[in-house]
Amino acid sequence: MSSARTSLPRSVAMHAALIAYALVALFPVFVVIVNSFKERRAIFRSPLALPDGETFSLVGYQTVMQRGDFLLYFQNSLIVTVASLVLVVLFGAMAAFALSEYRFRGNMLMGLYLALGIMIPIRLGTVAILQVMVASGLVNTLVALILVYTASGLPLSIFILSEFMRTVSDDLKNAGRIDGLSEYTIFFRLVLPLVRPAMATVAVFTMIPIWNDLWFPLILAPAEATKTVTLGAQMFIGQFQTDWNAVLAALSLAIIPVLVLYLIFSRQLIRGITSGAVK
Amino acid sequence: MATDDSIAPKRPFRWHILVFLAPAVLVYTALMIFPLLSTLAQAFEGKEGGFVGFGNFATLFGDPRWADSFWNALRNNVWFFIIHMLVQNPIGIALAALLSSPKLRLRGLYRTVFFVPTILSFVIVGFVWKLILSPTWGVAEGLLDIVGLGDLFQPFLGKEETALTTLGLISVWQFIGIPMMLIYAALLSIPDEVIEAAECDGVTGFSQFWKIQLPLVLPAIGIVSILTFVGNFNAFDLVYAAQGAAAGPNYSTDLLGTLLYRTFFGYQLQLGDRSMGSAIAAVMFLIILAGVSIYLFLVQTRLRRYQF
Repeated sequence: MSSARTSLPRSVAMHAALIAYALVALFPVFVVIVNSFKERRAIFRSPLALPDGETFSLVGYQTVMQRGDFLLYFQNSLIVTVASLVLVVLFGAMAAFALSEYRFRGNMLMGLYLALGIMIPIRLGTVAILQVMVASGLVNTLVALILVYTASGLPLSIFILSEFMRTVSDDLKNAGRIDGLSEYTIFFRLVLPLVRPAMATVAVFTMIPIWNDLWFPLILAPAEATKTVTLGAQMFIGQFQTDWNAVLAALSLAIIPVLVLYLIFSRQLIRGITSGAVK
Repeated sequence: MATDDSIAPKRPFRWHILVFLAPAVLVYTALMIFPLLSTLAQAFEGKEGGFVGFGNFATLFGDPRWADSFWNALRNNVWFFIIHMLVQNPIGIALAALLSSPKLRLRGLYRTVFFVPTILSFVIVGFVWKLILSPTWGVAEGLLDIVGLGDLFQPFLGKEETALTTLGLISVWQFIGIPMMLIYAALLSIPDEVIEAAECDGVTGFSQFWKIQLPLVLPAIGIVSILTFVGNFNAFDLVYAAQGAAAGPNYSTDLLGTLLYRTFFGYQLQLGDRSMGSAIAAVMFLIILAGVSIYLFLVQTRLRRYQF
């Protein structure tokens, strides 16, 4: 753009507003992480100060490590999130391929049926989901969570992926057919590699709500062996409410891994949102 | 499956379509559609099973104890939604407009930072703010003191009058990244020629935003509104994390989600009630369905979509 004139005062004002909001966004995270490394008295005396040689202490983390099984919780969250992601992307891509590639009777209806779930939250079916899980003996297993998250992630995944699959060139697929490739080979070898960016978008979109969910872990898998980080942190904090060091350390342990993952993938996430959702 | 017949009668049955569709359709039907329908059906059953027609709904709206908590939760939920629409969306639009202005430096850094709260779980957000607003710790009080407003400090989450609004603002703080990003993306997709034409006509600065850009991103604002609506009328986690299942003080932060949870699973002396829980879920379903329909039929069809 040639005629964009940004005068100095205007640009200063813009940065001032942006920095002000950045402080609002980061302040709570900052306060918690900083104070988790301080001893109890320092937490209360000067909550905004950085820990120095005198006030530095890891006592909160020690309590968390002794009393809560956070490594196990992490492992559970990781298994649930990764398994659900793989299933959502794989099953979603397969269904999206069937819907966008082949013309068959009921194609439109099937597409609409699968899209219903985008707007209706799966939580409203909780009463019956619990009954299904009790009947099949899956209560307090990670499988229960994986299945539920897969079901709830599929509608959006199919919707986004079929939009992208329509853009894959027909000539390429037909060339494959003439060379005698099966439909499965065409899907796995030709189409999937081409829609990889769309699959990454779906994965990032699906990941955050699964990792952060409290409702289904609380209802379907509250046992000690199957707690996720979110539920584990919730219960731990409930028990240790007055032990401020432990609470702050548990919160930091729940924040830091997500924060690191986010900083690694933030470009992908933001590109996903800005490309897929609106246009 | 009836849908997999081929159109051309002589073509052999195309098994691969079935294979591609089956996993997704099975999981989705078994764990999403079936439970939803089953929950809706159980809303018409009594405690020991058996069809009771609209009996549960009559109890929910007729019995003063149930009706009071239901209307209280619904009223709170509506207020929760209004806070989001009035605070989250305008700030989100403003941030998106600032971010999309040309020649802004550090754009990527700001975007990354503004989205940080959105990736945190409700549990973290709930407790972090509970600690910050706690009078025992005094962080919020100290901050207000610095700007000379120390007298305004109250235990915001502990008082009936302020708890719900405070939670609403915390939720806004958490989710502002989503409207910001969606509207930012819509602003970026406005072609340069439109902006340049406006500048040739002397429409610049704030009036350019108001008259040119804002009307062009109305569809994105519509999507944000309906996402906010569905999210808010389904909210549970933040209240549960910050105030517990009882949604205190004195149920002043009770939302439909927490009411559903307490009804279905029981709380303290009250036993869990499957059929009343299903009835509440059914009412929530109708509310969300009504909102989505209004959006699809009234808003969506009237918004003009501009093709560039």
